[in-house]
Formats: sequence, structure tokens, C-alpha cells
Amino acid sequence: MTTLAAPPVRVVAPSTDTGGRSGRVTWMAVPALLMFLAFAVVPLLGVLALSFTTWDGLGAVHPSGLTSWRAVLADPGLFHTIGVTFLIMGLSWVFQTPLSLLIGVFLAGHQRYREFLAVLYFIPLLLSSAAIAITFKALLDPNFGIGAGLGLPILAQDWLGDSKLAVGVVVFVVSWQFIPFHSLIYQGGVRQIPASLYEAAQIDGAGRFRQFLSITLPQLKYTIITSSTLMVVGSLTFFDLIFILTSGGPADATSVLALDMYQRGFQASLMGPASVIAVILVLTGLVLALLLRRLGGGSGDDSQLEGA
Amino acid sequence: MAGNAYSRRNFLTLVAGTSAAATLAACGSSGPSTGGGGGDSKGAASYWYLTGQPNEGIRTATVERFNKANPDTKIAANAFANDAYKQKIKTALGAGQAPTLIWGWGGGGLKSWVEAGQVEDLTSWFTENAAVKDKLFPTSFGAATIDKKIYAMPAETVAPIVLFYNKEVFEKAGAQPPQSWADIMNLVEVFKAKKIAPFSLAGQSRWTNMMWLEFLFDRIGGSEVFQAVFEGEKDAWSNPSAKLALTKMQELIKADGFIKGFSSIAADANADQALLYTGKAAMMVHGTWTYGSMASDGGDFVKSGKLGYMNFPPVEGGKGDPSDTVGNPGQYLAISSKATAEQKDIAKKFFQTAVLDDTEIKSFLDTGSVPIVKGTETQIAASKDPEFLKFVYDTSVNAKVFAQSWDQALSPTAAETLLDTIAKFFQLNIGPDQFITTMNGVIGK
Repeated sequence: MTTLAAPPVRVVAPSTDTGGRSGRVTWMAVPALLMFLAFAVVPLLGVLALSFTTWDGLGAVHPSGLTSWRAVLADPGLFHTIGVTFLIMGLSWVFQTPLSLLIGVFLAGHQRYREFLAVLYFIPLLLSSAAIAITFKALLDPNFGIGAGLGLPILAQDWLGDSKLAVGVVVFVVSWQFIPFHSLIYQGGVRQIPASLYEAAQIDGAGRFRQFLSITLPQLKYTIITSSTLMVVGSLTFFDLIFILTSGGPADATSVLALDMYQRGFQASLMGPASVIAVILVLTGLVLALLLRRLGGGSGDDSQLEGA
Repeated sequence: MAGNAYSRRNFLTLVAGTSAAATLAACGSSGPSTGGGGGDSKGAASYWYLTGQPNEGIRTATVERFNKANPDTKIAANAFANDAYKQKIKTALGAGQAPTLIWGWGGGGLKSWVEAGQVEDLTSWFTENAAVKDKLFPTSFGAATIDKKIYAMPAETVAPIVLFYNKEVFEKAGAQPPQSWADIMNLVEVFKAKKIAPFSLAGQSRWTNMMWLEFLFDRIGGSEVFQAVFEGEKDAWSNPSAKLALTKMQELIKADGFIKGFSSIAADANADQALLYTGKAAMMVHGTWTYGSMASDGGDFVKSGKLGYMNFPPVEGGKGDPSDTVGNPGQYLAISSKATAEQKDIAKKFFQTAVLDDTEIKSFLDTGSVPIVKGTETQIAASKDPEFLKFVYDTSVNAKVFAQSWDQALSPTAAETLLDTIAKFFQLNIGPDQFITTMNGVIGK
């Protein structure tokens, strides 16, 4: 279908040094640019610089070359942490994408009851991660939680105390919190698909399932990429939820990079190694975002509605 | 061209505006804190401490009494929650925004402040004001002393770690409180047979597990085993007593001595205490600061005398003195070296006249804790919980060695490795040997 699409029309931006209307508008980007410089680029460079130092967060900063990098890269715990980070990232993607896609498609219908349900599904998004983590922690308590309360032994597992279960619980809670958000994205995506496509398919005798596979899914390609990018890059920064829910435990079973960074920097007072992890996090995030953009094939700015 | 000039002018205005705003913001926060706009006070000192009732209320009341007595030299108080507190202080110290008076736990944390030159040396002040020093427990000064100099005023209460038990559960099982490690291992089987967890433990908090090792190390090898670690002796963890203690610890874990799911219970929520007073667990090793919350949350559990308590029992063949204890020998107030001379004077006056005055002593006793002040026996006898307070007082005063909790005594770096290693050790991910190797690696760091 995409092969039939006409090449996108590119608007050539007039060069700015000629002044004119674009000159008046460009300055509007300045506040955002300044903010971005002050609160993203400058701290980022600061962290990069700190990663080549030894600093306890209190005294003087001592430049120490690659000491921090060596310490972090030689630590076998780092690979475990990276492994856990990617495991949680992968599992939450696998779990969230199909569910939010289905819910999103379902909610795209304009029936009254679906719009009512959409509001209900939206509720988890209104709660803060900290509140969600505290609530789930209380519910999953093996002695006073929901399992013990309802007398259901199957719910009275050692949810957060068993390595495998704890990872599962983290993925579940993350999904519980973010599926509404991604459903919303998919809902919007589905509503953009022109009805004419479905009408044509119906005339050709395609069933609902066939329509879903051949129209909805391909048309949602960029939506899927957007949602996946948010999920993947977002999961690199999971901190609050895991910190409260498991503190990286049991032992280090749910210790992700962001948590490791916090523990090294603010609990162990090793700002150098913590900055190294921060740099690794930033690089991983950038690489992943780029890869996902590539997956979209060509420029992500292309319209997906051509030929409709 | 006109458009371009126009936009540039706007840009410049914007930059000017932003930098002006930034300058204003900097003015607002730079320099010594003036105490949250208490415009009437000439020079106010600031004081940061920990939230959490009932102690927070007592701290606030002490400041209020001081401010009432000294209307010209007020102290502005600010309270922060436990987990955030240490980081908050460190960030503030690093940024030169520290309060005049810094509440803390002494030990390794205080040492890192001292090394960064952020806190005032109080040695000479204590020599000049010997009366202040003499009224406090001598053991309380250990964690305030770094390289033979005193850097903080010991304050508030002493909190040894003790073995709590549920008398009702023991009666039903026909069991006696443990007098030795062998008794502990026997009781594990007794209570398991009754489907009661032998010990409650909030393992996710990590320092809760550490309390067990503190006692086992002390009872088996004596206080010198950890002292060597504290002093940075090379390979100090390789002491044979350390390995024996670690082995015994894992024996207890493998025998299911702790409540199922202990590694997902956090101490902050007091669920470990709830397990004890609801009778789901028979015993709990914990700080005496839990007495207050068990009394308030546990219904009539404490009031009706069902809470038993004792010092941790000896281990057969161990070298340690059974009177030894560990825990918090006190809380500590340090003065920021960056404060003005005027603020420092206010702080010292606060130490002299307000900290642990008679009213504060009484308030602490009323909430079931023992202030670090000598000779309070008569006040204890007249208090609400004379029996428990006398036990805490005697345990603290009679202890041959009152060791500070390991994570407070060590530097933040070593403490974090310790807690991390302990978490893995209690999860049985690593054995005694790996524990020893890992910990030897951070000695003196």
C-alpha cells in the first residue's frame, strides 16, 4: 500500500537571512531553545564532565580521568543492571503494545458506551506513579495484602520478594499505569483512518478481522512507532515506581539503570560513577530512539494518508 | 531587514528579561538563610530536622520554647521526611545552602561533612561548657567524635536494638524466650510447627537485616571485629568470627526463621511490627524506637503487657560480652561552618539552654524513649512506662560497648555496598565467602 503512495510534497523553507515573515516567527523558538539549553544541554555536558571526576557530592571535585568509567565498566553488576533494564523494557513493550492497540481500536468507535468506558480507562493516568506504587505495594503484601485479606492463597504469593515474580509485578504495574496513555494514542490514530478505506474493503468482501489486519494495522504504522518509542525510551527512566515498589530488590532483581544511578550517586556518594551511568542512559536512549525512527522506514514526517 | 532587526530587538529584550529574572532568583536564595521571612528577628539561625511523630513534635516544641525565651535570636525550623533527609542535607551542604543547625545520625555521615570542611569543630566549646558534656551519656559522644575532635552535640534519645517477643504467642506454644543461639534455632522449629513465623523482619529496608549481623558479629567475635572494619584495617572482614557469624545467619534464613516474604516488607510502613503484635510472628529484633508505634498502633498489645523484650542472647562459645548492644547512641546536631558568627552563637546558646532541658527530657520519656541524659532514674520511675524505660536505660548504661549501627558508622560509600551485599546475602544469592570478599573491597572507602 505504501509503495503506491505518491512522494510527499516538501515545502522548502525560505532561508532566514532574507528576513521577512519567517524572521518574525523564528524568535518565538528562542524561549524554548534557551530552556532546552539551560535545563537539558548544560546539565548533560555537566554530567559528561562529572563522569571524568571523583566527587562525593560534598567536597571538591577532583578530575580523575577514566577512573569512574573503569570502575563502572569493570563492575559485573552493570551488565546485570543493563540486562534487567532491557528485560523490563522488552516485557513491558510486549505486554503493553497489543493490549493498548486493541483497547485503542475498541475505544475508537463512537458508540456512547465506548466513550463512557474511555473515561474510565483513562483514570490510572491521572494517578502519580508514587501513589500507584504505594497502593500496589500494600495490596501485594504477603501477610496483610489482598491475598491474605480475601483468603485466596493464589493471590498471597511473595509477589515482591521472589526475583521472577517481582519483575513480573513491575511490568504489570507499569503496564497498568501506561496502557491508558497508549490506548489514547491508538484511539486517536484509528480515528484518523478515513472511513472510505473500510467502505472499499467491505465492498470487496473483507471481514472485520481482515479489515483490522489489512487496513487498521498498516495505517497505524507510525502510531505504533510513536507509541513504541515512548514506551522504550520512557522505560529507561523508570525510577519512582520501582524505587517505591521494590527498591531494586529482592537483592538486585529489579535494579534498573536509573535506580542504580541514584543509589551510586546519592546513597553511596559516588557522583563520578553515577554520572557514567547517566551518560550510558542518555546514549542508550538516543540510540534506541534513532533505531525506532529507522524502523519506520525513511522519514517519519511522511504522511500516512496519501492516496486515501 | 526591518523584520530582522525587529526580531533581534525582541530577542535581546527577552535575554535581558531572563537574566534579570535569574539575578533576582539568585538574590532570593543566596547568602545565609534568613529564616523564611521572619523580618522582625535581627539574625535568625535555621534548623533542619527529621519528620515523624512523636519526635518531630518534641523537636518543634523545643525550638518554640527557645524562640519564646530569646525573641531577638530566633531559630527557624524545617522538617523533612526520613528517606529524603540525608540527600537533602548533602545537596544543601554541597551547594553552600546548609542550615545553621543540622540534625543527623553522627558517624560516617558526619565524617563526610567534616572531611568536606562543612561543619564546626565543637571540641573547645565542650571544654568550656563541661557542664553540658557531663550531663550526657559518655557513650553518646563516640559517634560525634572524629579524629579525637567533637563535631556535633549529642541530643535526643538512645535507642538500642533489642529482641522483642509476643508473650501471648510464647504462652500458647509453651515456649520460653531464648537464652542462647541454640534456643533461637529450637524456637524456630517450635513456632513453625504452630504455623507462626519465628521472626518478623522488614527485609526490603536492608538495615533491618543488618541489625542481625551486628549482634551475631558482636556475640561471636566481640566488638573488635567490626571495630577493625571501622578503623579501615586491611581485610578486616576475613576474621574467622565473621565467617562463623555469616554462616549461622544463613542457617537461620535457610531454616525459615523469618516470615515468608520478608524481603518485600519495608520498615517504613511498620508492617514488621504489625506482624509481631497481631501474633503472626513470635519475635522481632528491632530498635527500641518501635515501642512507641507498637503502643499506639497495636491496640492493647503493649498496654496489657503482651510485649516482651530482652537484650540479644549470647551465642555458645562466643567471645562477645552479652551486655554489649548496638543501635543509635543518640542523635546529633552539627553547626554549619558556613553560618555567620551570629548564627553560630544562637546555635550554641540553643545547645546550652534548650537541647535536653527538663521539659524535653519529660516529653521524650512520655513517648517511651530514654533521653541520653545521666541520672534520670527518678523521672523514669514516675513516667508512663517505667518498666520498659528502665530496661532501655539499663541496657544503654550497662552496655560494655554501645556500638553504632554499621550503616551509620561507615562512610556513605561503604554503607551502600554493605546494604546492597546484605540484601543479596539474605536472599541467599551469595554466601559468606563472597560477602567477605565484596566487603573487604570497600574497607576504608
